[in-house]
Amino acid sequence: MKQKKDVQQGTLALMVLKTLDVLGPLHGYAVARRIEQISGDLLSVNQGTLYPVLLRLEQEGAIASDWATSDNNRRARFYRLTRTGHKLLETEKHDWEQTAEIIARFFEVKAEDLA
Amino acid sequence: MRVMRRLIARIRNFATGHHGDERLREEMGQHLAMQTEENIRTGMAPEEARRQARLQFGAVETIRERYRAEESLQIIEALLRDMRISGRTLLRSPGFSIIAILVMALCIGATTSLFTVMRSVLLRPLPFRDPDQLVMIYEHFRDPSKNAQQFNYNSVAPADFYDWRAQTHGFEDMAVWRWWQYNLTGQHGELPELVSARAGSWNLFPLLGVQAAIGRTFTENEDRADGAAVMLTWNIFERRFGGDASIVGKQIHLDGKPYTVIGVLPRWFTYPDAKVQIWVPYASGMSPELLGYHDHHFSYVVARLRPEVSLANALSQVGAVQYRSHMRYLNDPVAEDVVSRTLSKDLAKDVTKPLVVLLGAVACMLLIGCLNVANLLVARSAARQKEISIRSALGAQRVTLIRAQLMESLLISIAGGAAGVMLSLAATRWLVNTWKDLPSAQGIHVDAVVMIFACGLVFAAALLAGLLPAISSTGKRAIAALQASARSGTGSQARTALRKSLLTIEIAATVVLLISAGLLLKSFWRLRTTDVGCVTENVLTISYNLPAKKYETPEKANAFNEGLLERVRNLPGIRAAGLGFLVPGAGPMGDDAFTIREHPAIPPGQELPVALYARADPDFFTTLQIPLLNGRFFTKDDRAGHPETVIVSRQLAQQYLPGENPLGKHLHVGAVGGDANYEIVGVVADTLYQVGKPSEATIYFPALGGNPLGGMLVVRTASDPLAFSVLVQKQIAALDPEMPVRDVFTLQQIIERSLGNASLSASLVLAFAVLSLMLASVGLYGVLSYLTTQRTGEIGIRIALGAQRDQVMRLMLGDGMRPALYGLALGLAASAGAVRLVQSMLYETQPLDPAIFTGVATTLLAVAALACMIPAWRASRIDPMQALRSE
Repeated sequence: MKQKKDVQQGTLALMVLKTLDVLGPLHGYAVARRIEQISGDLLSVNQGTLYPVLLRLEQEGAIASDWATSDNNRRARFYRLTRTGHKLLETEKHDWEQTAEIIARFFEVKAEDLA
Repeated sequence: MRVMRRLIARIRNFATGHHGDERLREEMGQHLAMQTEENIRTGMAPEEARRQARLQFGAVETIRERYRAEESLQIIEALLRDMRISGRTLLRSPGFSIIAILVMALCIGATTSLFTVMRSVLLRPLPFRDPDQLVMIYEHFRDPSKNAQQFNYNSVAPADFYDWRAQTHGFEDMAVWRWWQYNLTGQHGELPELVSARAGSWNLFPLLGVQAAIGRTFTENEDRADGAAVMLTWNIFERRFGGDASIVGKQIHLDGKPYTVIGVLPRWFTYPDAKVQIWVPYASGMSPELLGYHDHHFSYVVARLRPEVSLANALSQVGAVQYRSHMRYLNDPVAEDVVSRTLSKDLAKDVTKPLVVLLGAVACMLLIGCLNVANLLVARSAARQKEISIRSALGAQRVTLIRAQLMESLLISIAGGAAGVMLSLAATRWLVNTWKDLPSAQGIHVDAVVMIFACGLVFAAALLAGLLPAISSTGKRAIAALQASARSGTGSQARTALRKSLLTIEIAATVVLLISAGLLLKSFWRLRTTDVGCVTENVLTISYNLPAKKYETPEKANAFNEGLLERVRNLPGIRAAGLGFLVPGAGPMGDDAFTIREHPAIPPGQELPVALYARADPDFFTTLQIPLLNGRFFTKDDRAGHPETVIVSRQLAQQYLPGENPLGKHLHVGAVGGDANYEIVGVVADTLYQVGKPSEATIYFPALGGNPLGGMLVVRTASDPLAFSVLVQKQIAALDPEMPVRDVFTLQQIIERSLGNASLSASLVLAFAVLSLMLASVGLYGVLSYLTTQRTGEIGIRIALGAQRDQVMRLMLGDGMRPALYGLALGLAASAGAVRLVQSMLYETQPLDPAIFTGVATTLLAVAALACMIPAWRASRIDPMQALRSE
């Protein structure tokens, strides 16, 4: 059985940004579903936790939101990435990759490499 | 950047009261609806679909809380909520709140007030250019026996100053000033007025960096004997000349001589004190001979240090010049050395010590006040223990509970602080008016730093008063209160111990204050009851100056003096009247070196004897009832044109003519007496020139001899002397309507005024001490009352089992008196150290005065016993049936 992982602080925000970047404006439910899909249900996220993160990103100016009508004629709040959000995503992505690379290097290290 | 944006958004939401509750609710609703739809599509039953959707979404309340936390400034919202609740709690018990706020207001107000004075006087820089570079230079006599008379900081002789300025290079410049006073009249017979004046060298104002507000300051050319320029201070400019700038360039008359007003000093300029009305050039009216004296000390030297020169270096140059001068005039009182102190220290020298003591006293009182409020809060938190227990059982964090309780003491402190600051505004003004010695050059007023200090004080007081009760009432034991039955009361044991230890500290601080106050008071009483050597009751003194222009000969002056005495003596109710220049207790007029003609010449290098000088007419001594010990008083013939005579005090005879008959010996008095030899015709008893100082050898010159430009009329009356003042003044006006009088005082007033500072600090410290004693006894009463209520059940059982009423009373009394006794012991021990601080302010009083220590101990015990008596008595009256039933 696959073990579900708790989402690290801040990672969820990055996932939201990337999702909006790839798929364009989405409402909260869609974002939650996409993240579940992409992470292959590996993450145990209560969908509700998304909303405080969305609000925070919005207050930071990384995303903006408006009421609109969804495909199935429902009124829903759609979130989209702003220019600040794009920039933020780029830096975050860069940071993340760097961290991942450094960690990866540490895992690959063998005793004879350090001799 | 992101953090800033987030903060701004939060602040905006907070400020506009924006809530996204509605939006979140709608979004959540849609979310759940969509999830449910999807679940149905995958084949779930509608009911199950909805349930699964909820599960996937998570706990709605938690999310809503996190959403809100994200949205706004949670801490501040919580604080506001705490504040609302605390405010309501305080309003619900107005009695407690008012007392607590009043205590805080008094304590914070007094502390702020004294801090305002202290900051202005000791901490704020003087309003001059580079004030740190300014120092006062004094002559310094190395003989340590003279230090008691402040000869170690001796005022400067004019010739010494001129030498210093010309021959040393360590200072950028040196300036000099001296005291003077003038009879100010207008050109057209305006009211005469005696004005306090200073004569400053022309470079004084440039040296200080002060420019005239209107006109200009003195020029070097005006600083001469016939220099007739005058500068006005803002005070007289507004008061007498109506703030009319056209006065500059006009003439005013000083002692009948015309002086041209050349400028007005700025409003803030109150150096060296606020009473100065006019400035004239230093040399104005001074003969070149007078300016050439090395042994006539009456001037004050201000110097500005060169930035690149150290003070020690600059001063050693001046010291070398002074030592040469000393070697040149070995027989004269010319100091060997010089000393300096910074200008700001110089201004504050008389008040630093009392200020520190007073600040210590108010700090003590503030501590007591805070402890008292803490004590009251502990009692209240005991009453609210159930509430706190329930809140903590429901999951309130300890920090939250402490914060909520602290808010209460904070509100008390803020309200008290606000009232206290108001109070301190009034108190500061009162203090400045009452405390004559306070230097005012910096201007004493509340400024931003004082406000910050007051705010700091408020928070410190809130923490001090609130933290202990808050910490003790929360925490692990909080839950225990829920489990404990009402009967046990054990949960409060620790809290009672806490209250008792608070009380112990409170009482200890009170004891320290009481002992300091007692010592200062006793010292003041010693001063008050000192025998100055003459009668002090029913004596009126009036001083007047005879303008030199109008009374240019001794004959004219004496005609006025004798005419006045004649008139006054004939008034009904006047016992005696005499003429002098000053009375005992009024401070010294001056001193001078003298030689005794009949003695061999004093070898060079040995200093000449020095005596204070005074003046007396034939009736001066009988008026003041100073007894004649030998020889005779002056007669009407001891006056100008007759053989020169003097009367000396017993101390002079004993000190300088031991074992000899002083009568018939001749004194040669340097600067004051001119070249004449004065024959001693009488010896009178010693008087104190100043209360609190040892008596000094004194020479009395005949008041009718020489050419004194005025005098002090001394009148002994049959009844209240002040009632005669107008009558006597009318006699002066009848002789010369233009003659201003000054210093119309009774002798007792003069002596009291000279004790003003001792009286002020003693009475202030006493007021603080009494207030503290009251606070401490209220605290004691509160604790014991609380204890009695706590132990009602226990006492009921004791009585039911046969305990006698007086046994119960003893038990309770002992419980209350124990912290009082511990506090007393602690306080006595602390006092032994604290009295060192007041030691130098005491006169003929030992710092460890056993009478004061026992007196304070007795008073404290009596007050403590009284405070404990009422609750103890109430405890002994408990009806056992009722007490047991009420559980």
